[in-house]
Amino acid sequence: MIQFLLDNPFLSALVALVSLAVTFGAVLGYAAVQFKVEGDPIVEQLDALLPQTQCGQCGYPGCRPYAQAIADGDAINKCPPGGQATINTIADLLDVEAPTLDEEHGEESEVKKVAYIREDECIGCTKCIQACPVDAILGAAKQMHTVIASECTGCDLCVEPCPVDCIDMLPVESTVSDWKWHKPEPYYQRASNIIASDKTSGAAA
Amino acid sequence: MTKIWTIPGGVHPEERKEQSLQLPLAEIALPKELVFPLSQHIGAPADPVVKVGERVLGGQLIAAAHGIFSAAIHASTSGTVSAIEERPLPHPSSMPGECIVIEADGEDEHIAYQACEDYMQLSKAEMVKRVRAAGITGLGGASFPTAVKLNPKSNQPVDTFILNGTECEPYITADDMLMQTRAADVVLGAELLAHILGDPERVVIGIEDNKPKAIAAVTEAAKGKAIEVVSFPTKYPSGGEKQLIQILTGREVPSRKLPADIGVVVQNVGTAVAAYEALRFGKPLIQRITTVVGEALDTQRNILVRLGTPVAHILAEHGFQAKRASRLVMGGPMMGFALDTPDVPVVKSTNCILAPSKTELPPAAPAQACIRCGMCAEACPASLLPQQLYWYAQAEDFDRLKAHNIGDCIECGACSFVCPSNIPLVQYYRAAKGTLRQMDIERQKSDRSRQRFEFRQERIARAEAEKEAKRLARKKAAEKARQQQADKPGAAKADVVSAALASAKPKAISAEDELAKLQRAVASAQNRLEKLQQKHDESEDAAQRDKFSAQLKQAALRLQEAQAKLDARQAIPAPAEAVAGVAASATTDANDPVAAAIARAQAKMSMPPAEKLQANIDSLQQRLAKAEAKLAAARANDGDTVAALQAGVDKMNEKIAAAKQELAALAAPTAATKPEPAARPTAAAPSPAVPPVKAAPKPEKPDAASVAIAKAQQRAAALASMAPRDKLHQQVKSLEGRLEKALERLAKAEADNDDNLDAFRTGVEKTRARLQQARAELESEQ
Amino acid sequence: MAFMKASSPHAHGITSTADVMQQVLLATIPGLLALSYFFGPGSVINVVMCGFTAVLCEAAVLKLRRRPVMFFLQDYSALVTGVLLGLALPPYCPWWIVAIGTGSAIILAKHLYGGMGYNPFNPAMVGYVILLISFPVEMTQWAAPRTVLAEGQQLVGPLSGLGHIWFDLPLDGYTGATPLDLFKQNNSLLVEHLYASEPLYATARWAGAGWEWVNIGFLLGGCYLLYRKIFTWHTPVSMLAAIFLMSVLFYDNGSSNSGGSPWLHLLSGATMLGAFFIATDPVSSAVSKRGRLIYGAGIGILVYVIRVWGNYPDAVAFAVLLMNIAAPFIDYYTVPRTYGHVKARPATEKSDK
Repeated sequence: MIQFLLDNPFLSALVALVSLAVTFGAVLGYAAVQFKVEGDPIVEQLDALLPQTQCGQCGYPGCRPYAQAIADGDAINKCPPGGQATINTIADLLDVEAPTLDEEHGEESEVKKVAYIREDECIGCTKCIQACPVDAILGAAKQMHTVIASECTGCDLCVEPCPVDCIDMLPVESTVSDWKWHKPEPYYQRASNIIASDKTSGAAA
Repeated sequence: MTKIWTIPGGVHPEERKEQSLQLPLAEIALPKELVFPLSQHIGAPADPVVKVGERVLGGQLIAAAHGIFSAAIHASTSGTVSAIEERPLPHPSSMPGECIVIEADGEDEHIAYQACEDYMQLSKAEMVKRVRAAGITGLGGASFPTAVKLNPKSNQPVDTFILNGTECEPYITADDMLMQTRAADVVLGAELLAHILGDPERVVIGIEDNKPKAIAAVTEAAKGKAIEVVSFPTKYPSGGEKQLIQILTGREVPSRKLPADIGVVVQNVGTAVAAYEALRFGKPLIQRITTVVGEALDTQRNILVRLGTPVAHILAEHGFQAKRASRLVMGGPMMGFALDTPDVPVVKSTNCILAPSKTELPPAAPAQACIRCGMCAEACPASLLPQQLYWYAQAEDFDRLKAHNIGDCIECGACSFVCPSNIPLVQYYRAAKGTLRQMDIERQKSDRSRQRFEFRQERIARAEAEKEAKRLARKKAAEKARQQQADKPGAAKADVVSAALASAKPKAISAEDELAKLQRAVASAQNRLEKLQQKHDESEDAAQRDKFSAQLKQAALRLQEAQAKLDARQAIPAPAEAVAGVAASATTDANDPVAAAIARAQAKMSMPPAEKLQANIDSLQQRLAKAEAKLAAARANDGDTVAALQAGVDKMNEKIAAAKQELAALAAPTAATKPEPAARPTAAAPSPAVPPVKAAPKPEKPDAASVAIAKAQQRAAALASMAPRDKLHQQVKSLEGRLEKALERLAKAEADNDDNLDAFRTGVEKTRARLQQARAELESEQ
Repeated sequence: MAFMKASSPHAHGITSTADVMQQVLLATIPGLLALSYFFGPGSVINVVMCGFTAVLCEAAVLKLRRRPVMFFLQDYSALVTGVLLGLALPPYCPWWIVAIGTGSAIILAKHLYGGMGYNPFNPAMVGYVILLISFPVEMTQWAAPRTVLAEGQQLVGPLSGLGHIWFDLPLDGYTGATPLDLFKQNNSLLVEHLYASEPLYATARWAGAGWEWVNIGFLLGGCYLLYRKIFTWHTPVSMLAAIFLMSVLFYDNGSSNSGGSPWLHLLSGATMLGAFFIATDPVSSAVSKRGRLIYGAGIGILVYVIRVWGNYPDAVAFAVLLMNIAAPFIDYYTVPRTYGHVKARPATEKSDK
């Protein structure tokens, strides 16, 4: 047998390769089963990154369904409330190039907003209550409704169903307690008040 | 000699303390107006307890502490509360915040302070209570409510009490002056606070060695007492709480923990004196020593200032020249914050007002690139890597910032101080920390939103599943009943008759109901017709009138139909009522579709006006919007049609209001008539005891109400199909389930110390009572 | 009345980047003097030409990048790069060597990476290595020191030097090998014999004629910078200690396979220039104290390894560049223990959620 293999170098190489392939395949297969890493399912991780406004602007009925959709291969740039920051973190997680926000699904808003019901105009129709994805509106039929501001995600979904248009989306006012220092401008902009940097000139061109 | 440890890093800025020590401690004239921000401490803002226009005396409580993490505020002189309003706060943001403004009357009348000779005999709880009542907060700068610090958890015995007389910031000499002039009170205060803390093994007063006079005075005062007075080399920031602990004990406060966690409590010397005054003389915290310093002032010295005094008043008293000043700082040059207006008051933590000239503290030079020279790392007292933090703060790489422990930065400013490139490092860290804080809050909120969303989804799914299950059960029951009927066709005729009788009777009743409803509907239709007529007459607009008249015609037509049907219905029931028996059932059976048709017609009849009105309102609103736009345009152009347009808009508004009212009025009768068809199908159930349904489902959309109705109907149907014993059985079971759930919730609430604990408790009690009742019933049944 | 708003601290120390750079320039003077004394004015010419070219290149690139030119020139960093490169180049090297070296230092190594503060590699050393690899002949010739000149021969004068630099006019007998070069070429002699036979060693006190004084000059300058706290002692000390240890370990009692005495390694070649002026370049080195100790030691070991077993007689430039590559890696694992933490955490650690 060995003699035969030595006599046929081509065959012996083939045998060697095949046996190597089989051995390593077996080892790898065993490792894959035995040392399987039980991570968070990707949907959980994606869901944790999404802003949980449950606004449905992405076209899915909530953040979790969208997370599921991303896991199934949908685009990751459909979330205006999360904005570019969320897209970037998701891109990081999935290890893909971060696209810009798909404007079709809405624009990223600078300020956070909460719904506010003009209570003297509310007719108590409960439509907004049914529309609210996070149960942040209190009220009963024929009773005035009100928004629990701390629970409101600013998703906008209650505005449209209101028959008397008594819901406003008000920007969240900043107070002393949530005030923070802003980041200083980069040194070369502070240096001489020139705005030209590589980035801005690139954007202008 | 006490052992001294050294801290890493640190810097030696020019001390400039002699500037404010040339003159003795002084007092300044009363300002006209004093401002007391409600939030001048860490924690919840205080709640005002005075009203605008009320006269207050010095030392009177004007705002009470809101909860434990808060501090009371007292008036510092007599006067009238002139306003409780938003004023600029002494805060780096210079944002406005709620303040009590007192107009001083110049008499400086004070309440009668309750002195207490033997205050050391008081119970510790009483002492803490009095400290709290005096509104004392840390006077060193952080303004942490002192009473909270004096109440360490029972599992954290305090073994070292440190009185902080370090005052490591340049310029400031307020504590120095206090120790020089009131050394005895400082020692008494130290003894008092140590006593409250359970007489720890070590009581140390730590003073930097650049204050020889203060050290001498305090050492003298502490002679013969169990208090160490320790001086250590001057270095900024030795006076930071964590740094001072390290210098005096060699221990480090673990990250994200409090000094109390390692058995150390640190208080400022000023705080100790304030606590002593509060207990000995009953005086609340209404004044403090503040250093007023800087070369833009004519006079530089320490003053005993009333809290609430506007900075502008102090500056005026000290000959401030705005032109010479490079900036205005509250606090020291290392950690103080720049004020952009002097119209802010002195608060409890104001230890210095610094008005440096342009040569003294020149404006910051433009920042250059970081050359990673590492001087900042050499200067950092927390052994951080400031240049790496800067790098990541610029890139907003928050994971890396956290890995580099940005949270342990005490923002002392030593890194910025030494940076040869003039990079405002601390500002970068502050911004990054702020963003991190915000992200934390947002993450918490989004987690909560996710929970709420998932809970809602679950609830909806459950309701759906229940509905489906009920529907199936009902279908099965109906099937079974039919089966049974089919199974015994040869049963006694009497049975059939009695069954028919039994079924006919309720139907007869429901027929009567129907009749009444029909009559009501006709009446309301007439009513509506009248109203429409009226509106038609009132309507000025031609197009509007056309619409109304069309509506009118339709309504009239419907009314006629309804009337006709009602007449027919009234004619039929007579024999039905007269002939009881087998024949009756036939009549009612024949009657049934007719009634249904009538009901349907009625529903239809009642609906269109509402919808039309709605449409009407919509169009009116659209027109209003247009008219308003026109009006706005006219206003902008200053056209002469403004008045006319305005009148038009007003009228239209009126109209909309009227239409809305009508719509609301319409909604009521709709509610009364509509449920009929919905209730009909239940008649098919073996025992057609249909519960009257009040709430009207909106026809546009099956909403929660209709779901609830359907559920109730199903439950009623299911209950009706059961024997009374089964029913009771079922009830007991469900009650048991509910009790279990309620108990669970109660336990959870108790664990969380929920606010609604009582409500949960009564709920459980009630459920229990009902369960017992149901059980008793069941037993008697058996 | 509105006052200026600024984040604390409002006080600022007196040092500025320009100060730091000026101190560095000042500290090169003893070494430069020694170079001029022993090898003639070549190094001074180099320094002047390199400095001038560096500033010119810097200004041109800043202009192209539309940055404020004067603001950045005032930090003296380009001048420092030029001067350091000038000190490292062989005296009387042709002008185009200077131009190419300085140009690639400033443009390639500095500005293409984002300018001041962003360059991962030491610009002067990048320039030097590019030259060394591209023009080995020009780069390995070094002027003969004053002590080994033949009777009647004189040091090259400034005029003839300039003539050679600009117009390639021949210079007589000015070139030779460096002590390290000579030592490397030795393949059979005992160290003792080699020292006796070569005038470059024979006329020297410890390491090599002229070279030892040049190194002492740079050592003096470095001590001055340490005294002024321009940088910390960690990098130079650990680098020198590493070289010392390596050379003691492999001295081999002066056999024909000896790696050379500690004196030879410490006091010849670019050891001191590298230890105090190149390795301490903060931009491209490690940041923490522990990191700098490792970084310096790495350079020291690499210098010795390349000198003794590598292909080049001197190795400071390669060693520095190699450790530049390793610096971020070192940084990750040498984050100091922060106040209140039980132990240091590596920067690679994922933050706790």
